[in-house]
Amino acid sequence: MSATAARGLYSDVIRERWRRPRFRGELPGASAVAEDVNPLCGDRVRLMLALEGERITGARFVGDSCAICAAAADVLAELLAGRSRREASALEAADLLAVLQAEIRPTRMRCVTLPLSVLRMALNGGRRP
Amino acid sequence: MRLDERTRPDFPILQRIVNGHPLVYLDSGASSQKPRTVIEAMSQYYERSHANVHRSIHTLGEEATELYESARDRVQRFIGAASREEVVFTRGTTDGISLVAETLGRTLGPGDEILITEMEHHSNIVPWQLAARARGAHLRAIPLAGEGVLDLDAMDRLLTERTRVVAFTHISNVLGTINPVRAIVARARRVGALTLVDGAQAAPHLPLDMSALDCDFYVFSAHKMLGPTGIGVLYGRRSLLERLEPGRGGSEMIKEVWIDHAQWNDLPWRFEPGTPPIAEAVGLTAAIEYLEKLGMDAVAEHERALTRQAVEGLAAIPGVTVYGPPARERGAVAAFAVEGLHPHDVAALLDAEGIAVRAGHHCAMPLMRRLGVVGTSRATFSVFNSPDEVSLLLAAVAGLHSAL
Repeated sequence: MSATAARGLYSDVIRERWRRPRFRGELPGASAVAEDVNPLCGDRVRLMLALEGERITGARFVGDSCAICAAAADVLAELLAGRSRREASALEAADLLAVLQAEIRPTRMRCVTLPLSVLRMALNGGRRP
Repeated sequence: MRLDERTRPDFPILQRIVNGHPLVYLDSGASSQKPRTVIEAMSQYYERSHANVHRSIHTLGEEATELYESARDRVQRFIGAASREEVVFTRGTTDGISLVAETLGRTLGPGDEILITEMEHHSNIVPWQLAARARGAHLRAIPLAGEGVLDLDAMDRLLTERTRVVAFTHISNVLGTINPVRAIVARARRVGALTLVDGAQAAPHLPLDMSALDCDFYVFSAHKMLGPTGIGVLYGRRSLLERLEPGRGGSEMIKEVWIDHAQWNDLPWRFEPGTPPIAEAVGLTAAIEYLEKLGMDAVAEHERALTRQAVEGLAAIPGVTVYGPPARERGAVAAFAVEGLHPHDVAALLDAEGIAVRAGHHCAMPLMRRLGVVGTSRATFSVFNSPDEVSLLLAAVAGLHSAL
């Protein structure tokens, strides 16, 4: 398998975030936690938020997922820091794709949106399956 | 001449170029490709003979009925059923298991037990959960031993006087394990339990003989054995089908209907409410004709050789783990993991080379948990696959490490 073939599928950002995630890990004392599974593939993402009032001061994720999903979660955690709950709720897949700089095929869009749906769960009180 | 050299020209889809590469289709375990004869038989049926079956008193109706019912005869011979009344057409394997679980489910009582296995597809787990929940029955599973065979000693401990049904797969869709059907059936029968065998992965791969397997129910799908989607087969022992009350109602399955009751039709139509999948039955006939022309022994031998090449080749690649029993003891399945890579990324990277494999939990989440993985990548083989294609897979997998 050539690295060129992979580059068409996985942008440099995805590969970099997959290899060296910046926001993967536990967040002790998190104020909001949620976890969900992608029923298509069994991928699992847990998102932990530190909140001060209405503002998110930090976010971390852990999970067992593909490169696209892990990179999306990593980017999301980065984007969340400093945002209000309301601003965080407004984040969409397009915001993550803009950072990932990747054209994700429809069959893999769920890999990008899983961290977003976990975020919404966390903001709505959190749930663990 | 090797089997694939004979068969490849018969499969139009193998002309496809995928991502700049000739298609290497290694996902027949999910759904196989179709030979031209199957596609043409269905088109011809729609172009010449289509009508509803059984009560149409006109030429096309008679032709359609004849085609539909002759598919049943063809299936009966293909699986070695004792009579055509034992062959019920369904929408597929899942539908067949659900039909049995619903029907048998109503005969269960609180405290009765249903025994499945740890290696089942969700289709052979969830219908039994629903049946058990509705009647207060308990669902238990035979665990795995060693490299992915069933622990029959544990089965003996799990069987009780309350065990009413034992439902298990003939060939695991992940591990490829070929389960000893006769031995399991004999054990189940000792406590008076009925047996259902999920044959989805076996029917495309092995010669089948219901009288030898001796199970009470056997289910499979056409679409994994070169036939169309939307039709499957439920084999049921005649004496049992005669005793069972149908669980699903509608037209076709009745003789006479009053406002408050109905008299059931004869077998096998009693279990086929509504307009059946007629064109699909025509396609299934063509698929069976195709497989029989090749000979199921030759099919099994060809696929075994490919599986062996894949299992041994994959296992020799550093960082690759292959799941399941040794190649000589398995169906046409090779599930594997590449260290440090998620199965979906493996599948996507292979797809970039035109190689189609399955990735994920393969609808067997309890088995994935038992193996301690989220999912695996899986290559499955059919009559049209060649040793060259397996070599392409092996080369591509060997190069995956540097790709991501």
